Amino acid sequence: MAVETRGAAVLEARGEVQAPVLVLENVSLAFDEHVVLRDISFTLLPGHSKIILGASGSGKSTILKLILGLLKPDSGAIWVNGHRADAMSEPELMQVRSGLGMVFQEGALFDSLTVAENVGYRLYEETDLPLDQVRQRVEEVLGFIGLAEYIDRMPSELSGGQRRRVAIARAMAAKPAILLYDEATTGLDPITATTVDEEIVKLRDLEQVTSIMVTHQLRDAFYVATHEAVRRDDGLIRIQPADERKCDEAEFIMLKDGGIAFEGNAAELRASQDLYLKTFLS
Amino acid sequence: MLTLLVTWAKAAVLEVQEYVRLQAATWRAAVTRPFYVHDVVEQFEQIGIGSLTVVVLTGFFTGAVLALQTGITLDQFGARPFVGRLVSASMVKELGPVLTGLMLAGRVGSGIAAELGSMVVTDQINALRALGTDPVRKLVVPRVLAGFFMAPVLTIIANTVGVVGGWLIAVFQLRVASSLYWSSIVEGLYFQDAWMGLIKPFCLGYVIVTIGCHVGLRARGGTQGVGRATTNAVVASSVSVIAVDFFVTRLLITLMY
Ligand SMILES: Nc1ncnc2c1ncn2[C@@H]1O[C@H](COP(=O)(O)OP(=O)(O)O)[C@@H](O)[C@H]1O
Ligand SMILES: [Mg+2]
Repeated sequence: MAVETRGAAVLEARGEVQAPVLVLENVSLAFDEHVVLRDISFTLLPGHSKIILGASGSGKSTILKLILGLLKPDSGAIWVNGHRADAMSEPELMQVRSGLGMVFQEGALFDSLTVAENVGYRLYEETDLPLDQVRQRVEEVLGFIGLAEYIDRMPSELSGGQRRRVAIARAMAAKPAILLYDEATTGLDPITATTVDEEIVKLRDLEQVTSIMVTHQLRDAFYVATHEAVRRDDGLIRIQPADERKCDEAEFIMLKDGGIAFEGNAAELRASQDLYLKTFLS
Repeated sequence: MLTLLVTWAKAAVLEVQEYVRLQAATWRAAVTRPFYVHDVVEQFEQIGIGSLTVVVLTGFFTGAVLALQTGITLDQFGARPFVGRLVSASMVKELGPVLTGLMLAGRVGSGIAAELGSMVVTDQINALRALGTDPVRKLVVPRVLAGFFMAPVLTIIANTVGVVGGWLIAVFQLRVASSLYWSSIVEGLYFQDAWMGLIKPFCLGYVIVTIGCHVGLRARGGTQGVGRATTNAVVASSVSVIAVDFFVTRLLITLMY
């Protein structure tokens, strides 16, 4: 398949052995006259993370929706787990989406369903898994994000931070290989935001989930990029500052005027002399 | 001025095109798997049982007022005993289906548009798609099935209650003998009338619900957009009820009488 050769070409250039799970190639999209994305290209390797920065309205959410196939690009190509997602019909896309989990901006929880039904939605509705096993997985996932006691509540009875974490639980319940977080920490207080950041790091490092994190909160972006989760010998999970090699696995992308204004790791971003970046960072 | 007209015409054509496309998708989804049984049952309950009170009240008072009004007119011809005949004929052929339709447009059409509209603007529809569910199958098909099959049932209930309302007025106000009222009802009801009264609500139920779904799914622009969508749905489906009623009547008259 075309993607294999493309993946190989990218790998050769980088001298790596893994095939990318996500490739965007010259993707452009305009709503009527308004060009939102222009020639966006990037690749993402399994287990790595990509952090997309940009002012609001710069097209961050749009990129995630393109990856999920919720929107179609005007031109360019998008490969997800080896499938050419942009050329697929809606029924075909359902297969691709089973490998993806998305945490929507504001959560987008189904407000007519309980927390358990939200989290187990895909397993209940789109798989043949027996109900008791679904319930077990829901409990496990809610335990992982520390909301086990809220299992039978309605979303309207949760705080903003709890809702965001339930949205993460829903996205991860069916064990997707790639998780997309759309401003998962925006509007949360710093302490709750750090809890959410830790979930993202834990999922990435302990469950080997490839992640794309969209945010305009630098504090959270740097936190996720420069920390790692390890399971200690006594079974406890520890979040600690990551070493340099691990830090390199988190790449930043800065969107500006429809294009990519910066691409690189946390240290390079900090050291950048670009004026726009500096105003954004300060 | 001309450009304004062109823009308007373009928007109208696009709207109709999207409406037709949604219906095609709905039919396709209704006859292929997966089929969300649970949601279908829930919508039958929501739309059917939920609208019962409104429909019963409307039917009752319509039947009663029909008896009162026709009573006065019939008196001029000394034909008061025929009141049952007029009540049943107007109720079954025309007022039952149309008034039930209008009530459903207000209650069900607006409810669907508001619910689906808020799901659109809060990204819940996108979340459904991201989780592997086709929103048409999950949300539209159950509502359309429920509207299509429950509207006739509700109409029959409205007709029955209306005839009973007419009976109360006939017996206690107009002093018509009870047996006379009932026998004139049976005499006044022709086979074709019954068919017409039964076919209409299927069409009306279908139109009300599909318009509600279409307008709701096309809602844009936050809470305000949802409000606009809800109003539009009520207006569009109410007008459609009257218009569709006319065209179906026209068609059935040519076919049956
Ligand atoms: N469905 C749509 N129709 C028209 N314009 C849109 C639509 N979705 C997004 N946009 C526009 O695209 C731009 C980028 O939006 P978005 O990706 O949501 O930005 P953000 O970076 O804040 O997530 C915005 O200017 C927005 O107005
Ligand atoms: Mg956004």
